[in-house]
Amino acid sequence: MSVVIIKQGLLDTIQDAGRFGFQHLGINTSGSMDLIAASIANMLAANKRDAPVIELHFPASSFLFQQDCLIALSGADFNPVINDEPISMNTPVMISKEAVLKFIQLSKGSRCYFAIHGEWEIDLWLNSYSTNLKASAGGYTGRALKKNDVIDVKKSKIKILTESFGPNLKSNVILALPIKADISNLYAETNIIRCTTGNEYDWLSNDEKNKFQSSLFQISLQSDRMGYRLQGEALEGRKDQQLLSSAVTRGTIQLLPSGQLIILMADHQTTGGYPKIAHVISSDFPKLAQMQPNENVQFTLITHAQAEEAFIQQQEYLQQLEDSIKLQSKQFFSE
Amino acid sequence: MQARVTPLGDNAITIIFGNNINENINQQVFSLFYHLQKQNIYGVNDIIPAYASLTVVYDILKIREVSKASAYSYMHDIIEQALQETNTEHQSPGRKIHVPVCYNVSLGTDLINMSEQKQIGIEEIIQLHANTIYRVYMLGFLPGFAYMGKVHDKIATPRKTVPNKNVLAASVGIADSQTGIYPVNSPGGWNIIGATPLQLFNANSEQPCLFQPGDEVKFEPISIEQFHELKHQQ
Repeated sequence: MSVVIIKQGLLDTIQDAGRFGFQHLGINTSGSMDLIAASIANMLAANKRDAPVIELHFPASSFLFQQDCLIALSGADFNPVINDEPISMNTPVMISKEAVLKFIQLSKGSRCYFAIHGEWEIDLWLNSYSTNLKASAGGYTGRALKKNDVIDVKKSKIKILTESFGPNLKSNVILALPIKADISNLYAETNIIRCTTGNEYDWLSNDEKNKFQSSLFQISLQSDRMGYRLQGEALEGRKDQQLLSSAVTRGTIQLLPSGQLIILMADHQTTGGYPKIAHVISSDFPKLAQMQPNENVQFTLITHAQAEEAFIQQQEYLQQLEDSIKLQSKQFFSE
Repeated sequence: MQARVTPLGDNAITIIFGNNINENINQQVFSLFYHLQKQNIYGVNDIIPAYASLTVVYDILKIREVSKASAYSYMHDIIEQALQETNTEHQSPGRKIHVPVCYNVSLGTDLINMSEQKQIGIEEIIQLHANTIYRVYMLGFLPGFAYMGKVHDKIATPRKTVPNKNVLAASVGIADSQTGIYPVNSPGGWNIIGATPLQLFNANSEQPCLFQPGDEVKFEPISIEQFHELKHQQ
């Protein structure tokens, strides 16, 4: 079965959980910016959590389905419609042949994740399906999706038992399964981003350390999958010491010579030479990935142990969510 | 080996050996790099060498499957142990790679500027650049981009204040005491002195990057005719 892109979006790429094991060659990990939303979309579409998804930015692509298939959307809400009929986020949706999926309006978040049930017939590059735009490799021939691209998906073994729907059956072309992933616990409704200190945190004076935690930093328009450039009170940092390039990670907050900060995102370079002031904790990264330019963030420092614990708790919640989705889906699917 | 071990965010750990570009320090980085690579540690996603530091990126959940302690303290112990076991004897595979470079001014677009800036003839720049065996200290910046050093003091030139919007793939450049070759087209600020007919990055190849950390590299000057011929053969 195939899915055809009938309208090109702003920047829609195939991503998965990232490409690991090649950073020593300068090949960065790429991967979904919001790994949680990508996982949830996959869980709902009865895929493995780290299966490839399409990461959509608004205005997003439109898709034509050439066969019946099971899909799910999570992350940013771009008001998706199928054949002009609104469908829910975070819900598995069975759609029939010839249906068209479009996205009408951005109402929340930055990146929407689109999962399609089944095995996609795209090439793995270095063990991952993620698109690496710098290397022009991975995902859909190493580039963003364009009009007339076709993604082939192997025919699914899953059958939907329509009789179990009863009154939930919306129409003949769209069946929204009565399953909803509760994501409210996963994205805190604050602008606080928790961090751990970076190796050069002490390059800031005490005053500047206070500024780092007390002032607001605005995500500038120059923000993308590589990094978020922030606008805020300039931090001086010490100038008497040179720093050698060394490895950086997703969430590393660097101090630029201008005194402004940049947060490294999913397509960051593997190494960097600017002072590392702090690191966004892994469990707050998805929230950050869903923030939009002009929004403000406020940083708060926590300990390394707290950061690891927050990540474990988030993963436990995700596991519970997956178990519950599997249990609820049972009655609708047969293999 | 003496080193400082410190977290890099909540899922990586960095081992810092020093803060200058120095072959002995870089050798310590590689000794530990090869030692850890050989161990094939469960839950380790990436091991990234740099000039004077090594970073290990790990999967917190996988480590917690095998450790009751925090993933960080588990990794910290492994690193401390490895630092004790690793000797600094030369043990890198240290491949020797010959790279043909055409230093024609049509490709080395910054040669003339550099010659004026450094008060040194173009021929001398070429000779000084090609007569050194360089060490690949690390890769980064772009897929397959090798930071090599050190270039002769006479030709060490700071990055351009206004970077080029598009440096062509295969361009050979100098930034301070480092030299490197752009593997793909990219914006960049290095002073371009030539180009190689070799392909440094090929996504479809089993080994996508020509260079590996620890390689020794020698540049061989070639004519523009040879450049086009070799490029054509690829």
